[in-house]
Amino acid sequence: MDRAQLIRRFIDLIGPQGVISERNQLRTYECDGLASFRVIPSVVVLPETTGQVRGVVRACQEAGVPFVARGSGTGLSGGALPVADGVLVVLARMREVVEVDLDNQRAVVEPGVLNLQVSKAVAADGLYYAPDPSSQQICSIGGNVAENSGGAHCLKYGFTTNHVTGLEVVLPDGELVHLGGKAPDPPGYDLLGAFVGSEGTLGIATKVTLRLLRKPESVRTLMAAFGGTDHAGDAVSRIIAAGIVPAAIEMMDALAMEAAEAAVHVHYPEGAGAVLIVELDGPEAEVEHQFAEVERLCQEAGSTTIQIAEDDERRALFWKGRKSAFAAVGRISPDYYVQDGVIPRTALPEVLGRIAELAGERGLRVANVFHAGDGNLHPLVLYDAEVEGQEERAEELAAEILLACLEQGGSITGEHGVGFDKKEYLPKQFGAEDLEVMQLLRCAFDPEGRCNPGKVFPTPRLCGEAPGPRRVHPAERAGLAEVF
Amino acid sequence: MAATLEGLERDGLVRAAAEADAVDGVRPELVAEPASVREASELLRAASRAGLRTVFAGGGGKLGLGNPPERLDLLVSTRRLDRVLEHAAGDLVVKVEAGARLADLQGALAPAGQWLALDPPEPDASVGGTVAANASGPRRLRYGTVRDLIIGITVVLADGTVAHAGGKVVKNVAGYDLGKLFCGSLGTLGLIAEATFRLHPRPAAASVVTLDVHRPEQVWEATGRLLRSTLEPSAIELAWHELDRPGRLTVVFEGIRPGVEAQAAAAAPLLGEVGQAEVLGPGGTEAALAQLGALPWEQAEAVVKAACPPSGLPRALVGLREAAGAHRLGDIRMAAHAGTGIVRAGIGGVRSAPPAGPRRDLGERDARDLQPWEPMAGFVTAARERLAALGGTLVVTEAPAELRRAVDVWGPPGDAIELMRRVKRQFDPDRLLAPGRFVGGI
Repeated sequence: MDRAQLIRRFIDLIGPQGVISERNQLRTYECDGLASFRVIPSVVVLPETTGQVRGVVRACQEAGVPFVARGSGTGLSGGALPVADGVLVVLARMREVVEVDLDNQRAVVEPGVLNLQVSKAVAADGLYYAPDPSSQQICSIGGNVAENSGGAHCLKYGFTTNHVTGLEVVLPDGELVHLGGKAPDPPGYDLLGAFVGSEGTLGIATKVTLRLLRKPESVRTLMAAFGGTDHAGDAVSRIIAAGIVPAAIEMMDALAMEAAEAAVHVHYPEGAGAVLIVELDGPEAEVEHQFAEVERLCQEAGSTTIQIAEDDERRALFWKGRKSAFAAVGRISPDYYVQDGVIPRTALPEVLGRIAELAGERGLRVANVFHAGDGNLHPLVLYDAEVEGQEERAEELAAEILLACLEQGGSITGEHGVGFDKKEYLPKQFGAEDLEVMQLLRCAFDPEGRCNPGKVFPTPRLCGEAPGPRRVHPAERAGLAEVF
Repeated sequence: MAATLEGLERDGLVRAAAEADAVDGVRPELVAEPASVREASELLRAASRAGLRTVFAGGGGKLGLGNPPERLDLLVSTRRLDRVLEHAAGDLVVKVEAGARLADLQGALAPAGQWLALDPPEPDASVGGTVAANASGPRRLRYGTVRDLIIGITVVLADGTVAHAGGKVVKNVAGYDLGKLFCGSLGTLGLIAEATFRLHPRPAAASVVTLDVHRPEQVWEATGRLLRSTLEPSAIELAWHELDRPGRLTVVFEGIRPGVEAQAAAAAPLLGEVGQAEVLGPGGTEAALAQLGALPWEQAEAVVKAACPPSGLPRALVGLREAAGAHRLGDIRMAAHAGTGIVRAGIGGVRSAPPAGPRRDLGERDARDLQPWEPMAGFVTAARERLAALGGTLVVTEAPAELRRAVDVWGPPGDAIELMRRVKRQFDPDRLLAPGRFVGGI
């Protein structure tokens, strides 16, 4: 099947309005949220039903063509970067909330449903969907499933993987499987757990069953300012040591505050070297008691001022400052690189010191915004692409930061994924055998390596010969692997 | 095979099996107790070269879960892999070898005011066995199950390959999440050698509210009220000894003293709308917590685990009782994690309820021709149908081997079974690890 035939097949399946093949229109889809990598796909399809997704995937199988699934395209690791000779399957038109089961606190949604849309759909019933990535207004549930998205509140509530109980998945050969559901403990392997966070390499989720949570009785938020990140880090340690599990503990350093202030006018205290946003939620009696304790612990750690959110409006402002910090950095620097690394929380002072040192060596600035409770750092490396050599230095610095995280026993990504961007770093975190064994899973789901090829793993594992005449491996054809 | 393993025998890594090492009446030839990941790797590499069929054991409490082994040559015990490798208290993380007893681990974490939030009922459960069997207890309502707590894993595959996934930070999306894949995999994909978990602070105080339930509907009337409220119970447990007498729902709140007292005080009137609720005093609370999750039977011929969405619980309870009645299995006792929708039922067994004459469903056959497992098999089929109608499943978790050979202990595996078989083929292509034990005969 050549390209023209494939396009005709797609048009038969979903109609001309769901198939894009003009080069200038295809360009819209050349990258995701990580714009530094761009590839124009061969065809883009926008299916509206599970049946259409299956049809598309089957056609790809028959044609031996790779495909990449994409939700809203907000990912920050190039996980939805198209493949030049491949098909981009955009799930944005599958936007139905299929079912809300209030009794069992579950929602069944299509993959294109936006994260915040789920919480809005059940808000009147006092429920919400817990994972809240900063992009929650526009990111899709399907994308969240692929990336195992986190958010500010995952310290207490966990990640996407803890809130997905069922999936309908179209496998790379077009077969449909159901993993999990509404009932707990389905017999068999936890393929649901393996699928969530697999970055689109194991298949396409076409329905997602989500756990909904009851909105807490009480939410209390404070913003504590400190002279520097060391003191703020000390406050975090004290809170954790006291046996308190806040819903969120977020830290911003002076540069991040400067950027956020320019964008949303939170009125951070003058001269503060770091702020912590600490949020507690739960039953009122517990929250009130622990909130007072958190306030005290912040003071003991040397907090200079503590502001308490008196109402939802003020709380929203604290969060707006935090959640807009990435974009706000654009106001103080022409270009910046968003890094995502994880360290054991107790290594925070050491790693922040190391980051400052590395930045100094390269004459660059780094703004730090991070989930302090779980050690997930988001250093923003500021640079000016117009200045000769700065971009390269920024990339080097971002890479060095990852290595500093690994030295502490951390991870190269806490929530943005490996994708295309970091696949060369995965072997620095895992050994060759680890990666080989991980890819056994890939071989079970996608033996031909046609589902989002070239992502996550630097070297794809070839899954053994299929019975029958020798065929050219699609990964090989796409120039992604060589057969020895 | 002996020749291949000779070297290992010399090193004291394997020994000849004794009668006591039998699993479901199948006696292995050899038993091994590796004391390091490296030893485990060498052992499995040699065993796979010799083509030995291998079963892994931790505390041994779950060896009866699943189909009895088709064949068994080597039993690998993790007993000597029992070290706590790293407890990073400030990071609320622990890395532990698989053979460590869960109770010992909890003891080691307690001085730091922390615990691994798993409370399976088996007293000798090992960490690895808990992961492999996906064992859970009452507090899963609040903390989730093993899959929600495991953040890193070291496994040894059938051919001796050692692989790691995850790590020692809670938030980590690098690479595939093999830790979750191994949760509940029952030794069919590889040996779980080490695991890393996120920990929780040990709650300082607890309050317990109880409710007597007379009808199955009341279980959901009460549980639904709690789940719809803003209260955050750690556990909602049902124990029902005899169905003609009331059962008891035990609701546990854990946290700081003022918090749990306020929650219990708020829960009492809510449950009072359903029946007679009582906030227990300190003595009663202690006793209730000690009993929490205990199964309301001493001995049962068979134990089944039924799972359904929580709102289906009353129908699940009725369905189990009716299925047992229809097959004259006599006494059935039930316990439930009511907040999560899991019922465990202990069934007295064929011997305690001798058939009193020919049965309708047996047609012309004389009841004396009945195989002892037939009524139980009939019960499993009937109960499974009732659960399936609720979107749930039923697994036989404990039963004599002959019964487990006669019934499908796992039930219909669903449309992902082929995919599961492909996963098994990738990880254990020669089908050496616990062959036949798992879902769909994997």
